[in-house]
Amino acid sequence: MRPVLLWTDGLIWLLVAGLIAFVWLVRRHEHLRAPWRKLASDPVAMAAAVVLLFFTAIAVSDSIHFRLALPAGAGGGTHYSPEVRSVLDVLSGPLAKQQEKSYSAPFACRLFTRETVTLADGRQVRIYPRLRYGGAHLDDPERQRTGDIMVRVGYGLAGGALAWLALWLGLRPWFGRAASGPTIRNTLLVLCLFSGFLVALGPYYHVLGTDKVGQDVLYATLKSVRTGVLIGALTTLVTLPLSIGLGVSAGYFGGRVDDAVQYLYTTLNAIPGVLLIAAAVLIMQTQLESHPGWFETGTERADLRLLFLCLILGMTSWTGLARLLRGETLKVRELDYVMAARAFGVSDIRILLRHILPNVQHIVLISVAMDFSGLVLAEAVLSYVGVGVDPTMPSFGNMINGARLELAREPAVWWQLASAFAFMFALVLAANLFADSVQDAMDPRSRRRA
Amino acid sequence: MIAYLIRRLLYALPILIGVNVLTFALFFLVNTPDDMARLHLGVKRVTADAVAKWKTERGYDKPLFVNAGATGLGKVTETIFFDKSLAMFAFRFGASDDGRDIAHEIKTRMWPSLAIALPTFAIGLMVDISVALILIFFRRSYVEWSGVVLLVALMSVSGLFYIIGGQFLFAKVWQLAPISGYQPGFNAARFVWLPILIGVVGGVGAGARWYRTLFLEEAGKDYVRTARAKGLSEAAVLFRHILKNGMVPILTGAVAVFPLLFMGSLILESFFGIPGLGSYTIDAIGSQDFAIVRAIVFLGAALYIVGLILTDISYTLVDPRVRLS
Repeated sequence: MRPVLLWTDGLIWLLVAGLIAFVWLVRRHEHLRAPWRKLASDPVAMAAAVVLLFFTAIAVSDSIHFRLALPAGAGGGTHYSPEVRSVLDVLSGPLAKQQEKSYSAPFACRLFTRETVTLADGRQVRIYPRLRYGGAHLDDPERQRTGDIMVRVGYGLAGGALAWLALWLGLRPWFGRAASGPTIRNTLLVLCLFSGFLVALGPYYHVLGTDKVGQDVLYATLKSVRTGVLIGALTTLVTLPLSIGLGVSAGYFGGRVDDAVQYLYTTLNAIPGVLLIAAAVLIMQTQLESHPGWFETGTERADLRLLFLCLILGMTSWTGLARLLRGETLKVRELDYVMAARAFGVSDIRILLRHILPNVQHIVLISVAMDFSGLVLAEAVLSYVGVGVDPTMPSFGNMINGARLELAREPAVWWQLASAFAFMFALVLAANLFADSVQDAMDPRSRRRA
Repeated sequence: MIAYLIRRLLYALPILIGVNVLTFALFFLVNTPDDMARLHLGVKRVTADAVAKWKTERGYDKPLFVNAGATGLGKVTETIFFDKSLAMFAFRFGASDDGRDIAHEIKTRMWPSLAIALPTFAIGLMVDISVALILIFFRRSYVEWSGVVLLVALMSVSGLFYIIGGQFLFAKVWQLAPISGYQPGFNAARFVWLPILIGVVGGVGAGARWYRTLFLEEAGKDYVRTARAKGLSEAAVLFRHILKNGMVPILTGAVAVFPLLFMGSLILESFFGIPGLGSYTIDAIGSQDFAIVRAIVFLGAALYIVGLILTDISYTLVDPRVRLS
């Protein structure tokens, strides 16, 4: 086994490390803790945070990649499989491998389409053949299926409830007496029951059906979570230095610097966002296509494309944050303590780092939280336009794109769209609710209004 | 006023030049015409002759900035930069890869785009404002709370699902509208009502929520308290004071996006097969026709700047405190 560190893996772990460092910093300063404490007592925010953590856990577990060693060949030496696998692939167990021939409905035991099958006595009949994996343990699926599913759902829910009990007993010392404690408890219960249900039924049925090439839709959806979370989180992260640097210095130094920065973001804003992204992605595509030697595996190629997409999305979206930061810095630099610092002869850099930045950081936080959901949604649209992530990469946009024409079938193939819809909706809704609460807790203006 | 406008227009010029140079850099320096030719002719096994022929047919065979072979002014004008980039300021967009005149295409495709974008914009604005006002009227009640939750839920659904779901329900299951297509003139109504409906419903979540915060900000101001204190009814306060003042940012915001309506909606048009500018753009991106993408980028930037100037003017018209100087 050989670990593989993709570009986006590195960045997502950097992000996790940064978050931990940020939490540590906030814990040490009382004035930084206050808004977070307010946030922690908000039930809606905490419910959303638990759901977001659930999605993040899926994304992070899908961000440890490795390649398995192939059995040693005649020439000796170890060769590695071209297939890059992740911890999530291992955790989801048989899901990835249980590939059927084509479409099958959720919980189905038979294929969605008829096929000509040759019987043992040589006759040919057109029937709905049994699935290779879905419900394969049943002798007579038509009669046994409902009972079997019921029993397994029962086991799954019981297991989920037990896991929840263990989890909550561990967490209670921290959250048990908080105002949002009951909400956290209930949200955890729902998530545990849901996971238990999936774990109990996943290996025996295709809970969300299978797609055109027979892949389990639940597995594809879980894999898509990483792409969505990455685009939402990394895009703002990779451009934070740019927006903070330019925005704050434009506000602080004024004059020529201000003019230049303003000109830069007005020009970038003038280009319709989708078109700028499309143009940049088209160009990146040509570059990647003319250099096939850059990548060892297809996954690495898709990954680099995802990273570029994040960068490109960031290039078009940093302007908003930069403008907000410029405005706020203009206000902060006139305050007495900045004046005092300047009178003492403190250098510009030090004033920026110690006096300006801490006082505009809430804007950065609010903006990162607000942008997240929009970026997850943007991914789907961009993939539809054809300038999104690599077509081979599992993502919500690619799922929708591949399934949207299948609604026209009779009867309609709805499960792919439905699962992409449900997971995306949960992720984006949680992000939106959390962002709202972050804004309420951090924005001094909204605090006064309340 | 006129002096201000002229100054604004002059200020807009560097921005347009910036956009122009940026797109030129993206399309010709990062991605050379050779790359483009190879992309269209297939990456592998393409002869130098075929590349040269492709470039000559589309006028990409000239030097980028300075043509040493030409005489006099031709040194500057016989170049790709002049031909493909500067010509846009005269709205000469050239021909697309399949040889059609882009300016003509834009002129004919503008109307179907407007047939959808204008009603969506107008109806959407009215619906959003009404919903926001209702929420403000019932503030601090369950109506407001559930309304806000509903709006957040609505804006958490991807626009693609509104289109896919709407098309499936209205066009396929209930057969109330054709699934896709377009006819000019009055027959268009049959084709455009469903996209308009979907556009309005898809936008109400974000729109109404944004307007609600604008109205809420007004509702917290002193003059509203004064109006209530002198005994005005809640409805009178809402319509005569909050609505009127809240409309200032709403109208100026609407004016800013108004010129961009010409560009149409990318995904709505392409899903419903409307021959507008949005689907034109999508097709161009799909077939990697850089000439069209360049033209649309320039057009979009120009319209954006028009929007900026209109916003400034509309501020002076609706808000007497703002004066142009």
